[in-house]
Amino acid sequence: MNDTEQEIYLDNGATTAVSAHSAQKIMDMLLNNYGNPSSLHAKGLQAQREMDKARKTVAKQLGAADTELVFTSGGTEANNLALLGAAHARRRIGKRIVTSAIEHASVLDSCRQLEEEGFEVIYLAPNPQGVVEIEDLQNAINTQTILVSFMYVNNETGALQPVDKIKRIIKQKNAPAVLHCDAVQAFGKIPFTVNSLNVDLLTATAHKLHGPKGVGVLYVSKDVRILPIHFGGSQERNLRPGTEAVSLICGFGSAVQEIDFAVKQHIEVLSGYLREQLTQFDWVKLHSDEACLPYIINFSVLGIRSETMLHFLAGKGIYVSSGSACAKGKGSHVLKAMGLPNSEVDSAIRVSFSKYNQKADIDRLVRELQNGIRTLAKR
Amino acid sequence: MEEIILVKVGELVLKGLNRRTFENVLLKTLRYRLRSAGKFEIKIAQCIIYIKPLDENCDIEQASDIVVKTFGIATYSRACVAGKDMEDISQKAVAYLKEELEDAATFKVEARRSDKRFPFTSPQISARLGGYILDKFPHLKVDVRNPQLTVTVEVRDFGAYIRGAALKGAGGIPVGTGGKAVILISGGIDSPVAAYMMAKRGIELTAVHFASPPYTSERAEDKVCRLLELVSRYSGRMTMYTVPFTEVQEQIKENCPEELFTLIMRRFMMEISEKIARDKDCSALITGESLGQVASQTIHAIACTDSVCQMPVFRPLIGMDKDEIVKISRAIDTFETSIEPYEDCCTVFTPKHPRTRPVLHHIEEAERVLDTKGLMNRALENLKVTKIGYGE
Repeated sequence: MNDTEQEIYLDNGATTAVSAHSAQKIMDMLLNNYGNPSSLHAKGLQAQREMDKARKTVAKQLGAADTELVFTSGGTEANNLALLGAAHARRRIGKRIVTSAIEHASVLDSCRQLEEEGFEVIYLAPNPQGVVEIEDLQNAINTQTILVSFMYVNNETGALQPVDKIKRIIKQKNAPAVLHCDAVQAFGKIPFTVNSLNVDLLTATAHKLHGPKGVGVLYVSKDVRILPIHFGGSQERNLRPGTEAVSLICGFGSAVQEIDFAVKQHIEVLSGYLREQLTQFDWVKLHSDEACLPYIINFSVLGIRSETMLHFLAGKGIYVSSGSACAKGKGSHVLKAMGLPNSEVDSAIRVSFSKYNQKADIDRLVRELQNGIRTLAKR
Repeated sequence: MEEIILVKVGELVLKGLNRRTFENVLLKTLRYRLRSAGKFEIKIAQCIIYIKPLDENCDIEQASDIVVKTFGIATYSRACVAGKDMEDISQKAVAYLKEELEDAATFKVEARRSDKRFPFTSPQISARLGGYILDKFPHLKVDVRNPQLTVTVEVRDFGAYIRGAALKGAGGIPVGTGGKAVILISGGIDSPVAAYMMAKRGIELTAVHFASPPYTSERAEDKVCRLLELVSRYSGRMTMYTVPFTEVQEQIKENCPEELFTLIMRRFMMEISEKIARDKDCSALITGESLGQVASQTIHAIACTDSVCQMPVFRPLIGMDKDEIVKISRAIDTFETSIEPYEDCCTVFTPKHPRTRPVLHHIEEAERVLDTKGLMNRALENLKVTKIGYGE
C-alpha cells in the first residue's frame, strides 16, 4: 500500500466505523455509569435510566412502544430468537414456515434447526433481479403456515423484498402466521416503521449504522407471544435473560440518534457514479439493479476469483467484500439462488457505502479494478 | 394521492353555546400534540376536523396514533381527497381502496353531500360510484344490509373525501374543559386507570405521590413517573408533587393502634393532597379506590377518610371489579409497568388485621397523640416537583 494514500473502506454492509458520538457514550457508560440496571440502589437506577433512554430512542425510530423491544447480542441472536421463539410458541397451531432462499445465514440455519425439530420450511427462490415474487408468496402461504420470515434488504445485492405486502397475503390466506422481518441492512438507511411494514417481529442491529458490534434488537409486537431461547433472569421481559449490555445498548441509542435519511441522496450519487463507470467495462457484470438499495452494489469481475480481486484491492488499501462477510470463502447462496452461473458467483464483489465515503474513493476503486484486470492472471 | 385524517368530534356537539369553547380546546390540543408527527394543517367545519399533512415528512401513522389518544373525538378515519367531480371521485376511490375492494366479497357505497351545489344527490353519487366500482372489480357484489366493505364518500365544503370504515376514537371530552383535579397516585394498577378515566371527562391532572425513603425506593418513584408518562399520552402534560412521607408513617406506626394504621395514613394523604390541590388551583381529588377491594376501601373506611376533606373526591373505579380495571389498564398500556415489583408507601407497615368497620371518633381519638399540623407542614415544605409529558 502506498503510504500517501489513505485506506478506503467500502465494506459497510459487513460493518461500519463506530461514530465518535456512539463511542464516547460507550466509554462514558463503561467508566462512569457501570451499575447493573437490576440493582436496587441509585447506581443501578442511573444505569437503568440511561438504558431506558436508549430504548426509547430505538423504539421511536422503529415506530414501536419501548416495551416491545428486546435487546440481544446482535442481529444473529435476534433472528434466532424470532424464528425459534415464534415457531416454538406456535407449534401446536401448525408446522409450516415460509422464508426465502436468500436470507442471512442466521435465519437459514435457524430454519434448518426447526426442520430437525419437525417443522416444514419452504425456501422461496428469487427472480433474476434478486427479488422474491408476490405470486410465489401467495402460493406458499396456507392455513398451516405459522411463521413467515423475510429480509427487507438483501445483504449481498441490496435488493428490496416486498415485506410490506406479506401481511395482506397472510390475511387473505387466513394463515395463522406471524411475520418476521430481518431489517438489519435497512434500519437507518431507509425510513420505515413496524407499522408501515406491518410486521410482528423485526430484527435490527447497531453495527451497520455506526454503532458498536455486540448489540442488536428484536421488536416483538405486544400482540405476539414468543418463547425464550435463553433462561436465567427476568431481564427484557423474560425473553433475553442476563445482565444487559448497558454500554453497548446506550451506544446503539446514540447511533440511532444520528440517523439521517438525507444521507441516502449522497449515497445515490456515489452509487450512480460507480454504476456508470462499471457499465463501461465488458469484464464487469452488475448484479444489483437500480431498484436495489443504493448502499450496496454487487458485481462480478469476470474471469477473476472474488478472493483474488479482494486481496489485490486490499493490497492497495481498498476494502470490499466477496459476498456476505459471514460466509467467508463459500460461494454466495444468494447469487446461486438468483440463478447466476458459477463463473459469476465465484467472481462476485460487493461494494457497500457509508456516509463517510466520497466520490474520489470510487475513482480509486475503479482505477485499481482496471489495474487488477490487467495484472491478475485470468483463470 | 393526498391523504388526510377526518375527525368527528364526540359529545361536544351537544354542548350548545359552549360548543365553540370545547372545539377550540380540542383544536389547540391536536395542534400541540401533532407537532411531533410533522407539519399539519388543522381546521374545523361542520363538526368535522380536517388534519391535512403539509409535506412529505408528515407521519400519518403517528398522527393517527395521536388522534386515537385524544379525548373529545368520537370517530376518525383516514380518507383520500378528490376534486368535486364524479370522475375524479370514482378514479380516486378505486385507486385508494384497491386492496380493500380486492379482498372484499360484498360492498356498498354511502354518500353524503353537505355541499348542495354539487350536481348529484347522495343516492345518485352512491349509484354512480357503485356502478364504477362493479365495472372495475367484477368479483364484487352489492349488499346494502351487511356489506363487508362500506365505501363512504363525503362531498363537503373543502372537497370530496373517500374513505373506508371509520374507527372509534377515545371518546370523552377534551382535557382542560372539565377543570383541574389532583390524582393520588401510588404505582399500582388502579390509580393510573382512575387518572385516565377522569382525564377522559375533560379534567386536567395534577399528580400527588407519597414516598417513604428508605422504606420505598427511588425506583418506586421512577415507576410512578413512567406510569404518568403513559397516562399523559391521553391526559396531556401534568406536574407531579412527591410528598416526603416517612416521618408521618413512622409517627403513626409508633403512636397509634396497629389496626388503624392504614386509615390514619390515608387521612393524612387526603388532607395533604387537598392542601396541595387548593394551592395549585384544583377543585377535586381523584383516587383509584374500588369498594371493598381492601380494608381501607370499605364503605366505613371511605367515610372515615373522606371526613378530613372538603373537596369532592372522585372515585371512578368505585363500582368496578379488578378484572374490569385490569382490562382498561391493559388497553392504555399501563398494566405491564404497574406490576413491576417495587414497594410503595401503601404497603409499608401494613397491619396484619386492619379494621374494616372503623368508627370515626375512635380514629380521631387515636390521632390526638400526633402533632398533625407539624407533620403536615414538614411534608408540604419539602415537596419535590417533577414535570410529566414534556418530552425529552
